[in-house]
Amino acid sequence: MQLINQKGKKLTDVLFDAVVYAVCLLIFLSIVYPLYFVIIASVSDSTLVSTGQVTIFPKNISFFGYSEIFKDSRIWTGYGNTLLYTVLGTAVNLLFTLPAAYVLSRQEFRARRFLMLTFVITLFFNGGLIPTYLLMKDLHMTNTMWVFIFPFCVNVYNLIIARSFFENSIPKELFEAASMDGCTHFKFFLKVALPLSKAVVSVIGLYYLVAHWNDFFTGLIYIRSNNLQPLQIVLRDILLSNQVFSQGAGAGGSAGGYAQQYADQVKYGVIIVSTLPILIVYPFIQKYFDKGVMIGSVKG
Amino acid sequence: MKSAHKKPTVVNTFRRDYQLWIMIFPAIVVIFIFNYIPMYGIQLAFRDYDFSKGLTGGAWRGLFYFRQFFDSYMFADLMKNTIAISLATVILSFPAPIILALLINQVRWKRAKKTLQTTVYLPHFISIVVMVGLLNVLLSPNSGVIGHILSSIGLGDINLLGSTKTFVPVYVLSEIWQHCGWNSIIYLAALSTVDPQLYDSSKIDGASRWQTIKHVDIPALIPTIIILFVLSMGNVLSTGFEKVFLMQNALNLPVSEVIATYVYKIGIISNQFSYSAAIGLFNTVINFIFLYAMNLVARKSSDISLW
Repeated sequence: MQLINQKGKKLTDVLFDAVVYAVCLLIFLSIVYPLYFVIIASVSDSTLVSTGQVTIFPKNISFFGYSEIFKDSRIWTGYGNTLLYTVLGTAVNLLFTLPAAYVLSRQEFRARRFLMLTFVITLFFNGGLIPTYLLMKDLHMTNTMWVFIFPFCVNVYNLIIARSFFENSIPKELFEAASMDGCTHFKFFLKVALPLSKAVVSVIGLYYLVAHWNDFFTGLIYIRSNNLQPLQIVLRDILLSNQVFSQGAGAGGSAGGYAQQYADQVKYGVIIVSTLPILIVYPFIQKYFDKGVMIGSVKG
Repeated sequence: MKSAHKKPTVVNTFRRDYQLWIMIFPAIVVIFIFNYIPMYGIQLAFRDYDFSKGLTGGAWRGLFYFRQFFDSYMFADLMKNTIAISLATVILSFPAPIILALLINQVRWKRAKKTLQTTVYLPHFISIVVMVGLLNVLLSPNSGVIGHILSSIGLGDINLLGSTKTFVPVYVLSEIWQHCGWNSIIYLAALSTVDPQLYDSSKIDGASRWQTIKHVDIPALIPTIIILFVLSMGNVLSTGFEKVFLMQNALNLPVSEVIATYVYKIGIISNQFSYSAAIGLFNTVINFIFLYAMNLVARKSSDISLW
């Protein structure tokens, strides 16, 4: 016998919905709450935070953490460096990747299969950390800003995504027609292919951008000078190595529990300040995500 | 007229395609220098590194450095830790996005669905350093919010980040927290291509919601699942160097030292380039064997494979 309520739905289905929504709410809270907690903890009295009295609303609002952060020159140097590496790096990424992807999408290009294969092999094989490190040293790239920009500036996954897009959404006939009128590949790429591909350009541009912003590894391995360190390395010093204050006052236990309390507040603030740019652009870029994956999943 | 039928020679096609060559040339150069030259440099693992002779100039040592690694007291621990962390990550974090996608797909209320999706994608964009920093402040035994929650239910005062027992669970759970949502996108995309008629006809047949998931949704995801599984197996031993490295501390080191972090310490910190390169190469070979084996299994069992 089937149990049916007035709307014609089975009772089991109503129950099913209830479970689905309950689990979804749980997932939602498990992601939102920690992030929300960091925000309220960064502006609350640090003693109340550390004794567990700050749970839903900020208490005894204080901006001490932020004022310390604004005074810290390391953070601003790191911010500036990361901004420079991100902008320049993403520009170089696109400049190297997009034309190559266009070429690999041209059926008449005879070296296409061979070149594609040599590119794809690099997804599965690499020289490993040590040979790569020694190569950078031989090229005198270590401890320069160029190590953030040129090495690996062509990401093969992104290349494949762009290639599939060009292949599937720029009809072959379009170039044939254009070339009848004397259009060259250069012109066709700039005037026709690129303007028709804004979606894919923004998606892989975004992938590159986020990768540069979050890049920690390059700074760790290749940079020694403090003036060149990206934000992520500075963040590591503050968040994980406890080098909270520039002057070093709060670094050890020397200043006692007092400094340690403020150190925590500085940490919450640093998490917010360093993630802010991504949180600001997030709502604008979010609509491209599904599109990006759909583009990427097209078989090529 | 005749020239049109002539077989295209190398020179002819080059004359025709020179602009294409110019456009792809920068990418070829970059891939060659930064991907292929280091592969050539793998020989370092079989030679003594000599500063004056560069990447491949030192004296030939054969398998010396590999033997040194196999005989070292670190070998067993490194293998054990690397495999434990990688397998736990794959086994637990692989199904999570599939389940999440099936769940999100069941949400009919459009605004709730949109909000949920936006939220679950978000942690993916947090950098690894900030992620580990978050873990540090939230899990701190005396001042973190999770520490407070745990002690309020009577499990208090466990140092989750400084214990050999909790390192792997914390690592894996935080991986799921951060990337599960983002990884579900591809499954959601696959689900969105399911023919709506299939849902209608299963409804007419009287299938419950659960049965629809079992007989319509899951079969639709199988090809995507297999491909992604094979790919994830290929990375089984190269598990996130960065996150493990950042989560390491003196207390959890017995379970958190993995091949990748060891390669970094031996090579970059203490300059034993040849020994470190040999360990790195060993790691790559194991990875490839895993990838090859999984691909074989996938091809035999389902006709889906990477090559």
